[in-house]
Amino acid sequence: MTASIVIQPDATSLYLLRLADTALIHAQRLTEWCGHAPVLEEDIALSNLALDLLGQARALLTHAGQRLGGLDEDQLAFLREERDYRNLTLAELPLRKGGADFADTQLRNLLLAAWLHLHWQRLQASSDVELAAIAGKAVKESRYHLAHAADWVERLGDGTEESARRLQAALQRAWPYVAELFTDDAADEAAARSGLGPRSSELQADWHALLAPVWAAARLQPPAASAFRSSGRLGRHSEHLGPLLAEMQVLQRSYPGGAW
Amino acid sequence: MSADQAVKNEWPLWEVFVRPKAGLDHKHCGSLHAADASQAVKLAREVYTRRQEGCSIWVVRSDQITASDPGDKAMLFDPMEDKVYRHPTFYELPESVNHM
Repeated sequence: MTASIVIQPDATSLYLLRLADTALIHAQRLTEWCGHAPVLEEDIALSNLALDLLGQARALLTHAGQRLGGLDEDQLAFLREERDYRNLTLAELPLRKGGADFADTQLRNLLLAAWLHLHWQRLQASSDVELAAIAGKAVKESRYHLAHAADWVERLGDGTEESARRLQAALQRAWPYVAELFTDDAADEAAARSGLGPRSSELQADWHALLAPVWAAARLQPPAASAFRSSGRLGRHSEHLGPLLAEMQVLQRSYPGGAW
Repeated sequence: MSADQAVKNEWPLWEVFVRPKAGLDHKHCGSLHAADASQAVKLAREVYTRRQEGCSIWVVRSDQITASDPGDKAMLFDPMEDKVYRHPTFYELPESVNHM
């Protein structure tokens, strides 16, 4: 097995890794639906979303790797230890186990697509030209992801009694993890100063505004905020990331540099 | 769930037409299941335009299409076989007509 790499990210690469890892881990979770979605058409759609996110993660990891002593995307994606992943905790929670169901998937798509979309919109004006270029391409994808997820959430919320109940339950499960989406720290401050990108907290009002019409159409009431704070972006993860990484990393660690 | 109920709960079938590029006609490319028209367009995008096949999508419910009966093929189409005069190439044009 290939040994893990150790990284010492500066504020800029931290900012990039958070976005990259959120896209990467969210993509990995979505691929669990491949071959299992309720209908063939949505099965293909979920795989397409995952592939878009994977493409975004690849571009960001490649870019971050240049600042991290010339590591490539595969080394960063597959050879880090769990604490060096900086994704939002929300992206790593199970989608097909532990009581989660299809409503959790569409709801998470919505929450994260809105968050990523607002980032990509703002990052098109980043002082980092390469990041701005990545954002220019990704913003078209995230706009579609948002529309696709909103469509499903509205259908489930305004569908049958059972679909509404299950969507509301999914929202209760996801909501405690939303606070982390808008929690600032030193990397946010540095990014705002250098013009790299917005602070997380700057996106909060727009995020709520973007989702308000969806909640209304889906007849959903977002729960009240709780005191719970998840900390995936700080490298402190839930118990669910380890098994996900084991599965995601096994091939690259068994066949280092494997290509096909 | 009874078999009848299962059929009732199934999404209707839609025919998908994709325009490969501006100026060309929409071309039938297949079908899919979707709950309604707007979802059919979204899912058609996923299923039929993943490789940049198009710039516009039409969908129509399959049960809204009236088709000719394959059993009528001989009656409907065979009589045209010997009507060569319906092709412009049948006619000889005078020398003075250019650019045809």
